[in-house]
Amino acid sequence: MPDTFIKIASVTVGAGGASSIDFTSIPSTYTDLCVKVSLRNNRSTVTGYPTLKFNSSSSSYSQRELYGTGSAAYSGTAGGATSYLQFYADGSGATSSTFASSDIYIPNYAGSTNKSVSIDSVVENNATEANSLLFAGLWSNTSAITSISLAPGDSATSFSQYSTAVLYGIKSS
Amino acid sequence: MPSTYTPIATTTLGSAQSTITFSSIPSTYTDLVVVSYAQTTASSGSPSINMRFNGDTSAVYSMTQLYGDGSSAVSARVTGQSFAYFANIPNTSASAWGSGIGSIMNYANTTTFKTVLSRSADATFYTIARVNLWRSTAAINSVTLYEGSSGNFSTGSTFTLYGVKSA
Repeated sequence: MPDTFIKIASVTVGAGGASSIDFTSIPSTYTDLCVKVSLRNNRSTVTGYPTLKFNSSSSSYSQRELYGTGSAAYSGTAGGATSYLQFYADGSGATSSTFASSDIYIPNYAGSTNKSVSIDSVVENNATEANSLLFAGLWSNTSAITSISLAPGDSATSFSQYSTAVLYGIKSS
Repeated sequence: MPSTYTPIATTTLGSAQSTITFSSIPSTYTDLVVVSYAQTTASSGSPSINMRFNGDTSAVYSMTQLYGDGSSAVSARVTGQSFAYFANIPNTSASAWGSGIGSIMNYANTTTFKTVLSRSADATFYTIARVNLWRSTAAINSVTLYEGSSGNFSTGSTFTLYGVKSA
């Protein structure tokens, strides 16, 4: 019986932090990709906004998001950003030792159609501010995805020690 | 090492069609996961992928959803439906494709009603979280997905059914 949900690569950020987390040379032999992350960055606020790019491309991204703060729900488009996709991390203003969990699912990543991305992302802070995000992203590019880059994003320069990211390949047969 | 997340069946459409069915689903798994990557052949709108179990067309499905369209966050609920709402899909105008991921826990038990938790991601229209209820205690042995605007899924749309074992 074939293995279906297979770890391709993993990263754990060491002391001193990391300016990016990169998965490269992704084989085309799976059906879908899934990236599971636990992130904290050095943005001074409770919530950080890491970015996601494919194949080092900085164009043709769009997104719709639904997020809740614990007191209200909102929907937006990340300000209409087109050079990346954006989700959540705990920033340095969050309660110490807290990291945001996100699940990034990319179906048909090696196909010749534009790429759809689904992200569930949560920031829990055990304090006033906390955020939960449901995200739909699109990379309007028909290239197969061969690399995934995560950057700390808006007003942040590094991911914190103990942040983790694991890339899985999923086979449909 | 046992495989816990196993593909049961997959379909990639070689031509446009309105319906796909996963039948003869074995009862040997703990949970099911359905994954879709699809588009409608329509040139406008964002129809739903509708879902039925065991061919049941009776009005025993209900759904609650939370969705965002890029400007508003909305929650809604429907009852007495003849199908479940799985995921919404984009049309051909933006050359976009939408993903749907749904989990059906404890699908083979004959004691409880069945629940589907699903996520739908279509960056051209909606991001959606849904829960559907099928008010039947029957074990699920088939899952039918069909294009909800009476149209077709585009060529290249892919649907996969996975079985998940807890041990």
